[in-house]
Amino acid sequence: MDKIFEKPESIRNVGTHYCPGCGHGIVHRVICEVVDDLGIREELIGIAPVGCAVIAYDYWDFDVTEAAHGRVPAVATGIKRSLPDRIVFGYQGDGDLGAIGTAEIIHAANRGENITIIFVNNTVYGMTGGQMAPTTLLKQKTATTPSGREQKIHGFPLKVCELLSVLPGVVYAERVTVHSPQNILKAKKAIKKAFENQIKGLGFSIVEVLSPCPTYLGLSPKDAVRFVGEELTKEYPLKVFKDIT
Amino acid sequence: MVKMKKVLMCGNEALAEAAIRAGCRFYAGYPITPQNEIPAYMSKRMPEAGGVFIQSESELAAINMVFGSSLTGTRAMTSSSSPGVSLKQEGISYLAACELPAIIVNIMRGGPGLGNIGPSQSDYFQAVKGGGHGDYHMIVIAPASCQEMADLTMLSFDLADKYRMPVMILGDGILGQMMEPVEFKAGTKPEIKKDWILDGCKGRKPRVIKSLILKEAELEKFNLKLQKKYDQIKDKEQRCEVLHGDNSEIMLVAYGTPSRICRSVVENLRKKGKKIGMIRPITLWPFPEKEFKELAKNVKSFLVVEMNCGQMIEDVKLSIDCARPVHFYGRTGGEIPSEDEIIKAVENY
Repeated sequence: MDKIFEKPESIRNVGTHYCPGCGHGIVHRVICEVVDDLGIREELIGIAPVGCAVIAYDYWDFDVTEAAHGRVPAVATGIKRSLPDRIVFGYQGDGDLGAIGTAEIIHAANRGENITIIFVNNTVYGMTGGQMAPTTLLKQKTATTPSGREQKIHGFPLKVCELLSVLPGVVYAERVTVHSPQNILKAKKAIKKAFENQIKGLGFSIVEVLSPCPTYLGLSPKDAVRFVGEELTKEYPLKVFKDIT
Repeated sequence: MVKMKKVLMCGNEALAEAAIRAGCRFYAGYPITPQNEIPAYMSKRMPEAGGVFIQSESELAAINMVFGSSLTGTRAMTSSSSPGVSLKQEGISYLAACELPAIIVNIMRGGPGLGNIGPSQSDYFQAVKGGGHGDYHMIVIAPASCQEMADLTMLSFDLADKYRMPVMILGDGILGQMMEPVEFKAGTKPEIKKDWILDGCKGRKPRVIKSLILKEAELEKFNLKLQKKYDQIKDKEQRCEVLHGDNSEIMLVAYGTPSRICRSVVENLRKKGKKIGMIRPITLWPFPEKEFKELAKNVKSFLVVEMNCGQMIEDVKLSIDCARPVHFYGRTGGEIPSEDEIIKAVENY
């Protein structure tokens, strides 16, 4: 019988620490499938962020480092410029990329660094206990917005793909989601393209992945998935914001 | 062998050229006075040498770019001046934790805050006591001439690779800006084989470079491993210059620019029959404790001269277990102690 489904070579055969219904495990796996498909595992250097995905190196079976909070794009720049023929990608959450590391992501993108950024947007800080993220929706309740995010106090949800796509250094920016099997396949296609762009030397690519965090959305895994599909996609439309490849 | 020609260069440029000659192939930095000659020189020379120059968006980005470059096995450097070096502390802590070699240059200016652009030594505590968070040290090297800006830069790259840790070159605005003839000596020691780098896992098991250690008691174990390395460095790498160590009653203690002024003080007072000498720490961490202990056997007192309100004086006292009186004379806020002022201080004690 033909084997039609198996564990990617690039992912370690271990369980993850992620909560039930969390999207990180899916995104990790999709990245590993792409890495296998493109045959780049042995020339790859991944960068894990501070946040829930900080120990991604326990799950990925290739070279991985870990950056200080928000500094993934700067570390990626240092690696890629030193080893231009290797494949370098950064994995960032919404607090890492959209709050503490805003300067680093904008300037790496604006320099047109030939790197790939996978940006997981689940609208909350998971690791630290569910505080407001820059991408938290208005009215969304978090540990630090107990009555819901108010624009007057906390500002608006940050639109990362929209923001970065106007920079000439960015060749590809797409927002996807992993809340359904169909969308996971679309996410895989986008992530694959973001790596292919780097292999071809085209420049900076970012894929924003909307992802459920049931624990800190205060929802069941099933409802969290529904929230991502029905609510998050209203604020964060799924589309290709830029593709000049 | 062809005799190397001496070239007239400012300290910042001598340091930058020496870095290139030491095999530095990655530089990232952000403009700040009085160290701007370093990035300017690197922007021209680095591409010629086949290396990378990046003017980063911030000091944070610069040190983290250096982090990324270093983990590929590249000799990497960043430079700044006091306020900018405060911003680099996060990255320095991570470099120490990940045991990554890197060179951080601090051409100190007056502080605190934005302070001024005058020469200063007010970042001594920050440099030798940690600066960033956590139980770590970096080697801190203090040049006192343009020649040493070159020679000690080369040494710094070797030490950083040997011990896999960040090394800071601690200069001041005068050392960076003044010009002196410099002779570039032969290159550095052959690079140590780096079998820990990340460059893709072809033909080997994947590697991880990280600083998060969550498992119970594992971080303590790691920190004690670092301490063991630091003890080894304290044992082997103390460096200093001593003038008239065998027949002095009073020893001046100074590094960097004040040591140049103290040298004149020693010469002039010696002519008048005063039994005075000087010890000039070249490594500020590890502090040259052994030499201080030796000197304390015969010297009656020490006078520490710094361009700050008294920082290194603490290490002098600790080195000799307060066995002799340790006095202090300093100027702060970008001011330089004059020879007359120091002589007056000597006469007072």
